Amino acid sequence: MKFHFSRKQLCIPYAVFLVCFVLIPMFIIVFYAFTAPVMENGVQVGITFSFDNLVDLFTNPTKLLNMGRSILIGLLTTVICLLIAYPVAYILARSGIRRNAVLLLLFIVPMWVNFVLRVNALKELLSWIGILGASDFWNYFNTVLGMVYDFLPFMILPLYTTLLKIDNSYVEAAKDLGASAPVAFWKVTLPLSYPGIVSGITMVFLPSMTNYVVSTLLGNGKVGIIGSLIEQSFLNSQWNAGSMMALLLLVVMFVSTWLTGGFQNEDAASSRGGNLW
Amino acid sequence: MVKKLASISKYLFLCLVLLFVYAPILILVVYSFVDTNTIGKWGEFTWEHYIYLFESEKIMPIVWQTALMALIVAVLSTILGTLGAIGIFYSKRKTSALLSGVSQIPVINAEIVTALSIAVMVSAIGFLSKETYLPLICGLMTLCTPFVVLSVIPKLKQMDNNLYEAALDLGATPTQALFKVVIPQILPGIFSGFLLSVTLSLDDYVITAYTKPSSFDTISTYLYSLNKGGATARIKAAFWALTAIIFLIIVIVVIVANIRAIKAKQES
Repeated sequence: MKFHFSRKQLCIPYAVFLVCFVLIPMFIIVFYAFTAPVMENGVQVGITFSFDNLVDLFTNPTKLLNMGRSILIGLLTTVICLLIAYPVAYILARSGIRRNAVLLLLFIVPMWVNFVLRVNALKELLSWIGILGASDFWNYFNTVLGMVYDFLPFMILPLYTTLLKIDNSYVEAAKDLGASAPVAFWKVTLPLSYPGIVSGITMVFLPSMTNYVVSTLLGNGKVGIIGSLIEQSFLNSQWNAGSMMALLLLVVMFVSTWLTGGFQNEDAASSRGGNLW
Repeated sequence: MVKKLASISKYLFLCLVLLFVYAPILILVVYSFVDTNTIGKWGEFTWEHYIYLFESEKIMPIVWQTALMALIVAVLSTILGTLGAIGIFYSKRKTSALLSGVSQIPVINAEIVTALSIAVMVSAIGFLSKETYLPLICGLMTLCTPFVVLSVIPKLKQMDNNLYEAALDLGATPTQALFKVVIPQILPGIFSGFLLSVTLSLDDYVITAYTKPSSFDTISTYLYSLNKGGATARIKAAFWALTAIIFLIIVIVVIVANIRAIKAKQES
């Protein structure tokens, strides 16, 4: 039989890759999360179905504390990023025609410096100022500062793309019909920029909940988040406990995607600066 | 008057945010030329940190192997992602929706979940040793390839589909039509997907740390372990120099890319 080539078949390698490195690992995590090794004289002899990891996740005080911190840090980071990024994106999108693209680049360039190098740079700056590890308050402050510093571009880019697309005549129409500038912004621009806000939040919230590099380096090792717990279970090869925490994050991801009504594909690439090249 | 004040405060705000974004890096750039191992202590101008960096038998190999790893991952991701994007774009609606749905998972998922799930899989199936570099390459490709797909698909949407049909009518085989018609049309998307993959894999910490061979280090994993273990002052200062060099390279690339883009626009 002669092999008939068609363009559709080009997705087969990618489909196989996705099954092997996205779907199968996900199923393995679910499997590990609900099983426990059966030990006999310190040797693993089998595995058994178990809810221990789930129960432990919601009863272990350390885990609860770290989850609480993660949510707090994630929320604070997202809100602060939004409050800084929205005006930046708004000013850039509304200013001159060609100049704004160059200005936007200025905000994105630091993102291309290696992430750990950047966190390290901030750490050196903070230790010079003298607030690195100064007290519990400063540990939290520095962690959130580091998260904002790292994830701000992820918020600016999708907001900028959305705000740029908004047709200015809508705002003008609102003003012609008697709306003041703030009202026109509140009733027209803000609702129209909602998709950008949603993708910005998606790109910032989960990473800032889990990025333990920032919290370890800038929180002086005192600000444990859910990412730090996963790191510990990875380092100690406690696959079952680690899988349960990863599963929780997976559920958070799916629920938030579902709640926000899907996800803007193009914004994902743009939030990492994909369309700037 | 009010208008002027508003425009001044606008620029003041932008400048403050830029200051926040650049201050840490610029301070390291300045201190990379100062004869001191502590930031805040002033000294004479020196190249000492750069000389130490380039003579270091620990740091430079790590820099090169990080770059090599990023290049390999980016090339493979770009090939896989470009083919995948073409395939997804021309598939039936159901297949295409399913594939792009699964392809989105690594993009919006917390990176640590992707990293841990691959690490657990590697430990569960046993035969795929981390020492083979395969888990590392595939792990990073899991992160990068979806971004290549996302960069290529918009270009496919913009392309005139009749071109491909015309090539076939004029006697080209489907493979020829693909390489001589489709690929050149979507080249800008492929290129930006490639650059995105390079930056993503250079930047990555979590997936690299969870899938790398035990003796292999990238800039990210090495610096993180140094920070946790307490680095010597000399090595820390050498990293100031490295930060300055990387920053300079990025600035040059961005400026060159922009000048070329502006020139291309003026010509057309």
